[in-house]
Amino acid sequence: MTSEAWQVIGFTLGVAAFSTLLNLPLAVGLGWLLARRAWRGKSLVETLVALPLVMPPVATGLLLLKLFGRHGPLGEWFATHPNWEIIFTWRGVVVATAVMSFPLLARAARVAFEGVNPRLEQVARTLGAGRVRVFCTITVPLAARGLVAGTILAFARALGEFGATIMVAGFIPGKTATLALSIYHLVQLNRDADALQFLGVSVALAFAAVWFGEWFLRRQRA
Amino acid sequence: MSVELSGLRLPLAHFTLEVDATLAAPMTAIFGASGSGKTSLLEVIAGLRRPVAGRVIVDGEVLTDAAARQFVRPERRAIGYVPQDGALFPHLSVRANLLFGTKPGAARPPGLTYDHVTEVLEIAPLAGRAPATLSAGERQRVALGRALLAAPRLLLLDEPLASLDLPLRERLLPYLLRVRDEFALPMLYVTHSPDEVVALCSEVLVLERGRATRKGLTSDLFALSSSPHYVLRQPGA
Repeated sequence: MTSEAWQVIGFTLGVAAFSTLLNLPLAVGLGWLLARRAWRGKSLVETLVALPLVMPPVATGLLLLKLFGRHGPLGEWFATHPNWEIIFTWRGVVVATAVMSFPLLARAARVAFEGVNPRLEQVARTLGAGRVRVFCTITVPLAARGLVAGTILAFARALGEFGATIMVAGFIPGKTATLALSIYHLVQLNRDADALQFLGVSVALAFAAVWFGEWFLRRQRA
Repeated sequence: MSVELSGLRLPLAHFTLEVDATLAAPMTAIFGASGSGKTSLLEVIAGLRRPVAGRVIVDGEVLTDAAARQFVRPERRAIGYVPQDGALFPHLSVRANLLFGTKPGAARPPGLTYDHVTEVLEIAPLAGRAPATLSAGERQRVALGRALLAAPRLLLLDEPLASLDLPLRERLLPYLLRVRDEFALPMLYVTHSPDEVVALCSEVLVLERGRATRKGLTSDLFALSSSPHYVLRQPGA
């Protein structure tokens, strides 16, 4: 494989890992709030979070483009405060993949937390453990399987994101080119042999992610 | 030791829990049919639920005061709670369960040491096992030991024998008696079984559909039943 190919693979893995890491605290926090607390506007947030799952990814991408564009409300803020250009940069890829994979992680976290018997958390409180200790030593370990499964799913989704990414970040070789974008681009150029190479890599990565997830769940069950 | 419940009100699904009572016996039974609000009352005392009105005062310390918006968190109450199924942490070993509530370095009250508690409850050999491998009776004893080792000033027991079959119940009862006599720890004992009340508790608070209808000495409120108990006849007898 060429060094450009390796660059694309490395970039895709890096972006997917980074967006998953960004999502983790937010999605786990939101999943917990949805599972364990009653609050105003909960159903609205629930629906909003699920939107990227059901909307056409390109539509989500257009929305992000308007939000993060130079004259968009968020784009303006990012451009002046940390001086970050989002659109058509690697940051745009991170934003697009993070938004698209967030619902998978948040929903998995919610289901995982709902599966933890609240009685156990209550008893832990009466044994002198504060909220944070209960969360770290009871809630998270008991929800670990679902949290890990959700993380892997979100990571895999981020690896393959296409529609939103192409809107927000475009296809700029060496700058925003991910595996999925490259495959599409190469086929457009009739370079099917190169596209097949990336196809093989995509299959291998997806296989590895799912296999690791299954292995982890099997190990937990034992 | 005294547990003062004054003007407590907590709306539940089918009725409102309303209790006004002071419990001062070393071991008081909270007696009532299933669904009479017994567990909810324990949850209010433990600080797991907030009543809409009323106060909970233990040993003169105000733990809950709905009117004054005063509320001591459950982890600061030093009130042990053993729910019906024991609620052992399934991902921790028996030993880790037992030690969950102990504060490293803190002075233990005399007698409430790991060795002594596990000896009294005969659970020392189970230390390395996972909760899922324990029998129902063993689970209850570990749950009891875990609550004791957190060194509470008051212990709330929610139907600890209800999920066990009769022979097991009779085997666990002596452990409860031992805990009562060995550790001199005040306890509130929730049950719907008159036999358990008579065997363990000197005073009773009777709950009916959320209302504390009667309170007094066990010997005054309970009488020997004249209804016959049937047993399976032995072959040939």
